[in-house]
Amino acid sequence: MSTWIDIAALEAVPQRGARLIKTRHGCVAVFRTAVDEVFALDNACPHKNGPLADGIVHGKAVTCPLHNWVISLETGQAQGADEGQVATYPAKVSEGRILLDADFLQQRAVA
Amino acid sequence: MTQKLVVIGAGMASGRVLEHLFDAEADFEVTLFNAEERGNYNRIMLSPVLSGEKTYEDIVTHDADWYATNAVTCHFGTHVTAIDRAAKTVTSSKGTTSYDKLLIATGSAPFIIPVQGKDLHGVITYRDLDDTNAMIEASKSGGKAVVIGGGLLGLEAAAGLAERGMDVTVLHLMGHLMERQLDEAAGFLLRRDLEKRGITVKCRASTTAILGTDKVEAVLLEGDEKLEADLVVMAVGIRPETRLATDAGLEVARGIEVGAQLQTSDPDIFAVGECVEFDGQLFGLVAPLYDQAKVLANSLMDEPAVFTPKELSTKLKVTGCDLFSAGDFAEGEGREDIVFRDPARGVYRRLVIEDDCIIGAVMYGDTADGNWFFGLIRDKTDISDMRDTVIFGPAYQGGAPSDPLSAVAALPRDAEICGCNGICKGQIEDAIAAGATDIAALRSQTKASASCGTCTGLVEQVLAVTLGDDFVLPTAQPVCGCTDMTHEDLRRMIKAQELKSLPAVWQACNWKTPCGCHTCRPALNFYLLADWPLDYEDDPQSRFVNERKHANIQKDGTFSVVPRMWGGITTPDELRAIADAADKYAVPTVKVTGGQRIDLLGVKNEDLPAIWDDLNQAGMVSGHAYSKGLRTVKTCVGTDHCRFGTQDSTGLGIQLEKALWGSWTPHKLKLGVSGCPRNCAEATCKDIGIVCVDSGYQISIGGAAGMDVRETSLLCQVATEAEVMDVVKAVTQSYRENAKYLDRIYKWMDKVGLEWIQAQIGDLDTRAALVARFDLSQTIYRKDPWAQHVAKPAPYEPLATLTLEAAE
Repeated sequence: MSTWIDIAALEAVPQRGARLIKTRHGCVAVFRTAVDEVFALDNACPHKNGPLADGIVHGKAVTCPLHNWVISLETGQAQGADEGQVATYPAKVSEGRILLDADFLQQRAVA
Repeated sequence: MTQKLVVIGAGMASGRVLEHLFDAEADFEVTLFNAEERGNYNRIMLSPVLSGEKTYEDIVTHDADWYATNAVTCHFGTHVTAIDRAAKTVTSSKGTTSYDKLLIATGSAPFIIPVQGKDLHGVITYRDLDDTNAMIEASKSGGKAVVIGGGLLGLEAAAGLAERGMDVTVLHLMGHLMERQLDEAAGFLLRRDLEKRGITVKCRASTTAILGTDKVEAVLLEGDEKLEADLVVMAVGIRPETRLATDAGLEVARGIEVGAQLQTSDPDIFAVGECVEFDGQLFGLVAPLYDQAKVLANSLMDEPAVFTPKELSTKLKVTGCDLFSAGDFAEGEGREDIVFRDPARGVYRRLVIEDDCIIGAVMYGDTADGNWFFGLIRDKTDISDMRDTVIFGPAYQGGAPSDPLSAVAALPRDAEICGCNGICKGQIEDAIAAGATDIAALRSQTKASASCGTCTGLVEQVLAVTLGDDFVLPTAQPVCGCTDMTHEDLRRMIKAQELKSLPAVWQACNWKTPCGCHTCRPALNFYLLADWPLDYEDDPQSRFVNERKHANIQKDGTFSVVPRMWGGITTPDELRAIADAADKYAVPTVKVTGGQRIDLLGVKNEDLPAIWDDLNQAGMVSGHAYSKGLRTVKTCVGTDHCRFGTQDSTGLGIQLEKALWGSWTPHKLKLGVSGCPRNCAEATCKDIGIVCVDSGYQISIGGAAGMDVRETSLLCQVATEAEVMDVVKAVTQSYRENAKYLDRIYKWMDKVGLEWIQAQIGDLDTRAALVARFDLSQTIYRKDPWAQHVAKPAPYEPLATLTLEAAE
């Protein structure tokens, strides 16, 4: 069973933008797409740990600001010729609030 | 012996005659008169200019260089008023000019229906560039347009005006549109497509008067119906312009009568184009005019040639309305029809057959096979063997597959590819064999696809078939994978179609992705704010992080902060404030930059608003060290301290920086002002450099000291600081309006040419307009982004901080 925790109002993250969540074990980036889907990924590009939350969001992907790797928000997989993957976490929008799955975040803390 | 050739009229027909003469190196000294203020341009392409898909520059056929290279004496904007056949001279406002041979190419004049109100302001015809520009100008204020005439020109005008946002009604006297080229069924499909674009069509509508006091207000129809109108376009037909010829006593019927060598009744006077009549026929389409031009050039060079009119085909140049017609499609004794309809797709084809030959074809919706049918008509091919399937086109004949390349491969060498210029497949193959292996080279050598352009695809297919695997489709580089358009096309679309938002661009330019990508969005964001500073709202999410967060991202995700130091001048107080900020936020590195200011490296994301606030308090603003915009103006100390200084270079640098800061440009923009030619500020490797001399200021542009190292080129020299300010603003604005995103000034200069930029800046009206547009934009953008972000710091804070306990 998942334990959804309320993070913030959807409006707190701009469309085609991202904000950070600080955890004890590093930052998670929460993305909001142009059509109000939300995704949560580790804020570190598999290439050189670039801050993905500072990238340009397009469709369901984000481009890392350091060297333009394009990362799928759905799978965390690097697109195109690049290889690598970022951890993703279950996230959803309910009644205008962003919810993340606490169990998953906790597993991350353990790992 | 060199003969004097005088040409009256610089249109497409006479232009082609001159091309043939110069290609053959014929011994003529040419004087060219044109009533229009310009030389030869591709008149067929006025409709794309009207609709905004092309500009006048795109359709110029002969530019000033071409006339100069061929030593043509040009008198543009000059009417020839009389021809003296006995003295062999022509008279104009430039005096009299004598000729050995005279060529009349006066074209045609639009037919004006003789109703009350035809001379009111706001009633225009559709014939030349001035008419087109008048329509573009009129459409800017929106409102209602009435187009009188539902023929080829009228409909192209209507579609163009509708595209530019006018409410358009087309009035047509006959029962269906384009009745000379289309039958009723195709006319209906065309009408339906136009109505889908919001154009109202009224057939059997006869205009009785145009109403208005000082400008047009309405059009009155028979039956007393009144249509409001802010603009009336008359496109009811043309008549040959024959006044000069009539006055000179040449034989004139409806047009100037010529024989098969295009000679008039005077053996030293020739005529070509829409003004001539041959064998009782007039000519309005470009293909027979080009045939005439070829014959005429040969006649002038005393080489035998004979003009014979050919079958003609017609296409409408309205994007999205594909129609094609050729030959004779009237019903008649002994004629049979084959008709194919697919109403759901809006496809209609009709062939008219007489004695087992196709004599006419009308196609609507899917016209890809038009040229094939046209070939069958022209060659009078016996179709009895393929009668069952002929309507389906070449793909279904003899079981051949519907691969367009195999259809082209199967064409004989004498199959016509380019109808406008009468170029056959064999001529194209020969040119390819001789080394013309791309479209541009083929166009310049054979003229194939160089006029209306609709056969470009076919010419490319001939290239592909002939070259095989060596053929690379010659496409200009698109912006990114989201679109097939180039940066240049995109900029034109944004201006011409007045696209003022990202979604508008994506929609109008057929974007393949829902919201672009990291390559196209920053470019589009820049183009939109540069072209529409008042209407477009900057989109931070389409900016690279540096411009979104107004600081430079470093490899560890921290940022660097650079406050502005105007012209490199600072004060002890500013230095103390910078030192305090460095201490307070534990800045690990403090460095002096190449642009004469101080960089604080390693500031944490969430500390940015606070450090900016501290620097703001000390009177400092963002240095935009991160932007595709004005960076710094580097200066030397000038006359204040230096014993060699000739002008106040520091003061001028500060003025420039205060005027230009905050402006966004296609790439970073660095300036330098040196007080004397010793050039201590290294001004001659900046994007814009000013070197002070005793007599004033040398302004040069296009320097670089990065991946490429370039010295600037001199733009101009001026005497006063005020002129420096204007020239720098104007060149910056021209760069903003015209360059491709991420091109530094030197790359832009390589593309448009220093001379073009000099002409822009040199023309004082153009310069003033550029300055005005720059100043207008700066009313929005000359603001400190740091202060604006300090006021609303939220995005820099984490959204939440979670303190989850690790599981046991």
